[in-house]
Amino acid sequence: MSKYETVVGLEVHVELHTKSKIFCGCSTTFGAAPNTQTCPICLGHPGVLPVLNREAVNFAMKAAMALNCEIATHSKFDRKNYFYPDCPKAYQISQFDQPIGENGWLEIEVDGVKKRIGITRLHLEEDAGKLTHDDDATLVDFNRVGMPLVEIVSEPDLRSPAEAKAYLEKLKSIIQYTGVSDVKLEEGSLRCDANISLRPYGQEKFGTRTELKNLNSFRNIERSLQYEEVRQAKALDAGETITQQTLRWNEETNEVKVMRSKEQAHDYRYFPEPDLVSLVISDEWKEEIRSSIPELPDSRKACYIKDWGLSGYDADQLTVTRNVADYFEQTVQAGADAKLAANWITGDLMGYLNSHNLEIHQSNVTPTLLAGMVDLLQKGTISSKIAKTVFKEMVETGKEATKIVEEKGLVQISDEGAIRSEVVKVIQANPQSIDDFKNGKDRALGFLVGQVMKATKGKANPQMVNEMIREELSKL
Amino acid sequence: MSLLRGSLQEIHSRLAKKEITSVDLVQESLKRIQEVDGDVRAFLLVDEEGALKRANELDEKYSKEGTRGLLASLPVGVKDNICTEGLTTTCGSQLLANYQPVYNATVVEKLHNADAITIGKMNMDEFAMGSSNENSSFSPVHNPWDLSTVPGGSSGGSAAAVAAGEVYFALGSDTGGSIRQPAAFTGTVGLKPTYGLISRYGLVAFASSLDQIGPLTKNVEDSAYVLQAIAGHDRYDSTSANVEIPDYLSALTGDVKGLRVGVPKEMMGEGIDPGVKALIQKSLDTLESLGATIEEVSLPHSEYAVATYYLIAPAEASSNLARFDGVRYGARKYGENLIDLYHETRSKGFGPEVKRRIMLGTYALSSGYYDAYYKKAQQVRTLIAQDFEQLFAKYDVIMGPTTPTTAFKLNERIDDPMTMYANDMCTIPANLAGLPGISVPCGLSDGLPVGLQIIGKPFAESTLLRVAHAFEQATDRLPEPKLGGSRA
Repeated sequence: MSKYETVVGLEVHVELHTKSKIFCGCSTTFGAAPNTQTCPICLGHPGVLPVLNREAVNFAMKAAMALNCEIATHSKFDRKNYFYPDCPKAYQISQFDQPIGENGWLEIEVDGVKKRIGITRLHLEEDAGKLTHDDDATLVDFNRVGMPLVEIVSEPDLRSPAEAKAYLEKLKSIIQYTGVSDVKLEEGSLRCDANISLRPYGQEKFGTRTELKNLNSFRNIERSLQYEEVRQAKALDAGETITQQTLRWNEETNEVKVMRSKEQAHDYRYFPEPDLVSLVISDEWKEEIRSSIPELPDSRKACYIKDWGLSGYDADQLTVTRNVADYFEQTVQAGADAKLAANWITGDLMGYLNSHNLEIHQSNVTPTLLAGMVDLLQKGTISSKIAKTVFKEMVETGKEATKIVEEKGLVQISDEGAIRSEVVKVIQANPQSIDDFKNGKDRALGFLVGQVMKATKGKANPQMVNEMIREELSKL
Repeated sequence: MSLLRGSLQEIHSRLAKKEITSVDLVQESLKRIQEVDGDVRAFLLVDEEGALKRANELDEKYSKEGTRGLLASLPVGVKDNICTEGLTTTCGSQLLANYQPVYNATVVEKLHNADAITIGKMNMDEFAMGSSNENSSFSPVHNPWDLSTVPGGSSGGSAAAVAAGEVYFALGSDTGGSIRQPAAFTGTVGLKPTYGLISRYGLVAFASSLDQIGPLTKNVEDSAYVLQAIAGHDRYDSTSANVEIPDYLSALTGDVKGLRVGVPKEMMGEGIDPGVKALIQKSLDTLESLGATIEEVSLPHSEYAVATYYLIAPAEASSNLARFDGVRYGARKYGENLIDLYHETRSKGFGPEVKRRIMLGTYALSSGYYDAYYKKAQQVRTLIAQDFEQLFAKYDVIMGPTTPTTAFKLNERIDDPMTMYANDMCTIPANLAGLPGISVPCGLSDGLPVGLQIIGKPFAESTLLRVAHAFEQATDRLPEPKLGGSRA
């Protein structure tokens, strides 16, 4: 074990999924042709002025509340000045000293240990444009400029790369539940920078930190932090001092590269944005937003375990996204047994969705349909084996389970007389098995059951078949 | 007499009777520009073709039906920091020498809707930074009263064009006195409305918390008409006030009985030219004879106004002007790399005064200096605003000279920024406090016009116009400037 304690803080940017940009009316749709979603305002033409999109404030408040932040009553915007071609006004409208939210937290669980991670602040700002570097040119796409972003800064409470990953996963999940962003790392609607430092165990003072950028996947975040953890430990062991600098993770070489050192740090010359009036957030406004927040994953998970008897693992699986959790709850509300429904959702349904690259609400199987099938299964109308066939048909066609069962004649035979007559027939036809059974060979029982199922085309209630074979054999 | 020297009502009634046409008015303006602008240099662009086309459209439109508004068909000058779609808008800067806006400023739209005709774009100090119009990177403007003197700035072209009768009225912008000071120097009426009364959308920002658009006119009544047309909330400007716009014309009653006037001793003391002071005193006497009460008052923090202004305005300007980087528009100067491109574009594109203010502002906002400069200046700004607030509990208006002196000679102060800056000592406080101010001519001192400044409560433009109008009615009109003197 290392003699150093790792300290990590994350700075996360989340793009808010409003219909229009934060300070103009341009569309925010992802993937449009470059520079087609722009106007004089977001392009920073001379003389234009920003007008705050109230929905962006609503979304930021919603995210801040879901992360247990205190919401400001007075908030304002500031200019962050810097020259770069992705920033057409040469300043970004952001929030400096009066963010929308402060002093929040979220809970993570790593190796069964729960831990609360502090959130210093959440502020609202505008996104920059996107640069594409060519061999001999840099191209700029301003579609993204002016998209509303929230920056969420954690306290330096994280103590390992695994905790950092868990924090980010939980953050993503919570934001996703609130519906204010689609939080996709691969599309850039979720972005993460990490600060990491090491200190000897027991030391209170933080070590010198480095900042990691370009962490565009959960894997890269964990790996780059692991890399930096080792690099810093080696340096400290060798008696070197850590230089405060910004590092860029290179996912091809799995190494970091220095972007800039502290001496090169920008002076952003923040000052209050004179083109916007300050934001006064009334209690009514706060209440309106608070009441629109859905039940969040932690609370749902606790309910699944406590009230519905699910395992922690299943509850985690079902609460990862709001759509899945909502789907599961709707299935249960439609009358399905919670455990059976959980099994089918995390099993066959997820498998199908993954292989077809679908979201849960995009499949043919609605919660009502699934509940119908689970009901048949629970009543014994169909066996689990038949259920698999029914599910396959249902997911392809969207037909009700009862209809599929009816059409394909898949009803389980639970009529005692019918099963017993098949059992007797099979036993008579397989005298060798009777001897084997009497000689204590359990496999013989399985063979006989299989023969009965085959004779009934799988429709016989397997439990009843099993019991009756035992009864008939014991009579002999 | 030139058509454009007539009163609004006169022109309106002659248009209605079809004695004259919109085209006549535009031709009159073009003729006058042809005659005098070689000397005055008020215009950076004359849109002859566009203006005539528009005049023809209007004549066509009104030949069929409809009553035209009072501003209809009037040839108007628009300061060149106000965006006009498709019409080059340079801000008096080489950097934007060929910049054509893709949209109209809200005020331009409003004038267009009132059927006024934009005849051209008016010369100005580069990015509105200056008090003499000598900082225009194209040409200085010459004061029609004496071509060897400055017309004031930064709206020098707008003021000079109105004074010289080249346009019926013009729009200017006022950040620290840029409408009122040139109005005083050119014997015109210049109104800087309350911050937020007129939309800034489309006004190329110099100092966003101080900038305000306003009219430069021949008389107070015209000022009221123009204000009526351009005031009001704009959803494209969050800082534009959502207030009800009164009928400014009905305020022009001529009555100032019982008006309580405060005259700050700070604006009548040291640094005020005796000739200017004498005319202001005479003006106050006139108002007193009309029934106003005049009392000396104090604005104790006003001595810090110029210093405060020269921290706040450059700070905001350093940020506002950062977008002129040569990447998307403007005169790009290539370099070896990105930093060179920025450096070359801005070094060659901006003139010395603009660079000076960008540097001042950048410094004032820098980490470690922010508290001592920018933040302190904002605190003093609050104190200055409170000085006014206290006075307005007792007084209806504050009066004094618009400028400490009359128009000075070209090149006289160009190398002395501190003296140049001090020229704005009487106008700057109203900008810092966001208050409306109007400059109205009150006589000639050694042949050059002097302006009486009236400052009012927030959104009390009606009061300002009433007082200015009553004063105007009670005093002799200035003669027309003769465009004499050498252009030196």
